[in-house]
Amino acid sequence: MTAETVAQTPRTEAARVSKRKRKNREETNVAGYLFIAPWLIGFLLLTLWPIAQSFYLSFTEYSLLEAPVWTGTDNYANIFGHDDTFTKSLSVTFAFVLISVPLKLFFSLLVAIALSKNIRGMNVYRTAIYFPSLIGGSIAVAALWRNMFGLDGYINQVLSWFGIQGVGWITNPDTSLGTLILLNAWQFGSTMVIFLAGLKQIPQELYESASVDGAGKFRKFVSITLPMLSPVMFFNLVLGVIGSFQTFTSAFVITKGGPINSTYMYALFLYEKAFKHYQMGYASALAWILLAIVAVLTALNFLASRYWVFYESDGGRAK
Amino acid sequence: MPTLRSKMSNHLFLSVFSLLMLYPVIWWIGASLKKAEELRLPTIWPSVPMWENYSKGWHFSSEYSFAHFFGNTLLMELGNVGGGVLTAALVAYGFGRLQFKLRGFWFSILLLTMMLPGQVTVVPQYILFNKLGWVDSYIPLVLPHFFGGGAFFIFLLVQFIRGIPRDLDEAAKIDGSSVYGIFFRIILPLIKPALVTVAIFTFIWSWDDFFAQVLYISSIDKFTVGLALRMFIDQFDIQWGQLLAMSFLSIMPSVIIFLVAQKYFVEGIATTGLKG
Repeated sequence: MTAETVAQTPRTEAARVSKRKRKNREETNVAGYLFIAPWLIGFLLLTLWPIAQSFYLSFTEYSLLEAPVWTGTDNYANIFGHDDTFTKSLSVTFAFVLISVPLKLFFSLLVAIALSKNIRGMNVYRTAIYFPSLIGGSIAVAALWRNMFGLDGYINQVLSWFGIQGVGWITNPDTSLGTLILLNAWQFGSTMVIFLAGLKQIPQELYESASVDGAGKFRKFVSITLPMLSPVMFFNLVLGVIGSFQTFTSAFVITKGGPINSTYMYALFLYEKAFKHYQMGYASALAWILLAIVAVLTALNFLASRYWVFYESDGGRAK
Repeated sequence: MPTLRSKMSNHLFLSVFSLLMLYPVIWWIGASLKKAEELRLPTIWPSVPMWENYSKGWHFSSEYSFAHFFGNTLLMELGNVGGGVLTAALVAYGFGRLQFKLRGFWFSILLLTMMLPGQVTVVPQYILFNKLGWVDSYIPLVLPHFFGGGAFFIFLLVQFIRGIPRDLDEAAKIDGSSVYGIFFRIILPLIKPALVTVAIFTFIWSWDDFFAQVLYISSIDKFTVGLALRMFIDQFDIQWGQLLAMSFLSIMPSVIIFLVAQKYFVEGIATTGLKG
């Protein structure tokens, strides 16, 4: 008591300041959480809890009608041990990702470089090239694609002018996956726009001083454009891999996974297990395997990026 | 300076490439007016335009016309766009401007969810909505948009808000504005262009989000345009001319919005993940 009275003046002053500060901090704490509440509630309810639930269900047998039955690791053992469809759909999906992601990156970079030069009519070109991506995942485009690449489609007619015998692109197991890859590659607009933004951020002085040093076009591309663009390239690569692993609509509508499972994409397989056969436990195990694959590939990408992604001086990307 | 020759070759490459990209779409317009026999030709304009492809396609289902399906889809969109824009703005302001405990942690979680394959959550979500009796209603389609509108949009808006000078906030604070006042009077009016981007993207993506529609809607009277088109495709004897006519109509809302708001659109994507 007495000690307090002695030190009263300075202490209460400090206490008042820190009290106000604390009150302030509490206020912004409350306000912050109030503002992010919609996302936070949604995250807990529609993401975190479902993830936990899905993990649990992957160890059960569950058909929606009765309570889930615990079966231990049976689902996983069956998937890896006995399910040929799993092996098939995984290899189909890997083939799809391995071809369509690099194809998309290549085309979008090529076009982005052409568009990055200050040219007249750039807006018109950009719109034209972005357009297919705008309508991309819609069922309308799936219908269009199915008609174009049908046995009676106009693609075969054009090919016949060059003496190429047409096939039923979608109904032939040798060409069906390729046709879906082509559809996917046709929609490279978003990737291209991100490259374009990246190209615009490369300082022009670099090119100018390289010109002074007598560097040619190719040399400039390899020593300036590619390294400066590598973070954006990496961003597109990671998103491209994740996105391609989840391709659904085209396989569902155009080919229905066929012929002979040649386009039986993983997302379609999972969908059918869950919502056609109502094997919720099995489908959950498939979902967790997908999550593991995507996580491993993303991690590998991140590790590999150390060797080819170039970040400017101070260690991190200009943040 | 680029030489004239390199400029010309650039134009040549871009125009050929644009034409190649757009050809299927240009062909589509003509094809929607073609007779069945002419559909295998790469030519654009039909010998005799079959305008009835549109009228017959519009009424292809004996129960409902496409007016009904378009109405359903627009109704769903009203909820999606409204909920998405409103809540994304709130959440983005929280992350972009306010200091609170564990902010960094939650923001990393938000970014992490962008990499999560939707397949992991879809089964339990379906079970949940099924238990609540919401399957075969629009609630499972619309409700998720009210939880911040999606990580991608929150991130986009946070980037945008961080670009607004803090002096404005400080000035408003001195004038006695609370954090809520600053949000409504300063931030909200300034992020309008970004909100337009969010609205456009939400509209087009949920129009195309076939997976969710096929999962949750099963009765024909609630069908969206996408589901109606699929019903068309699955018919035993597909009337291709009519189908292509209706599919072409179905992309029109997205196309019109895109053309009207083109400027926001492409810049909207460009801001993402790049400027920090």
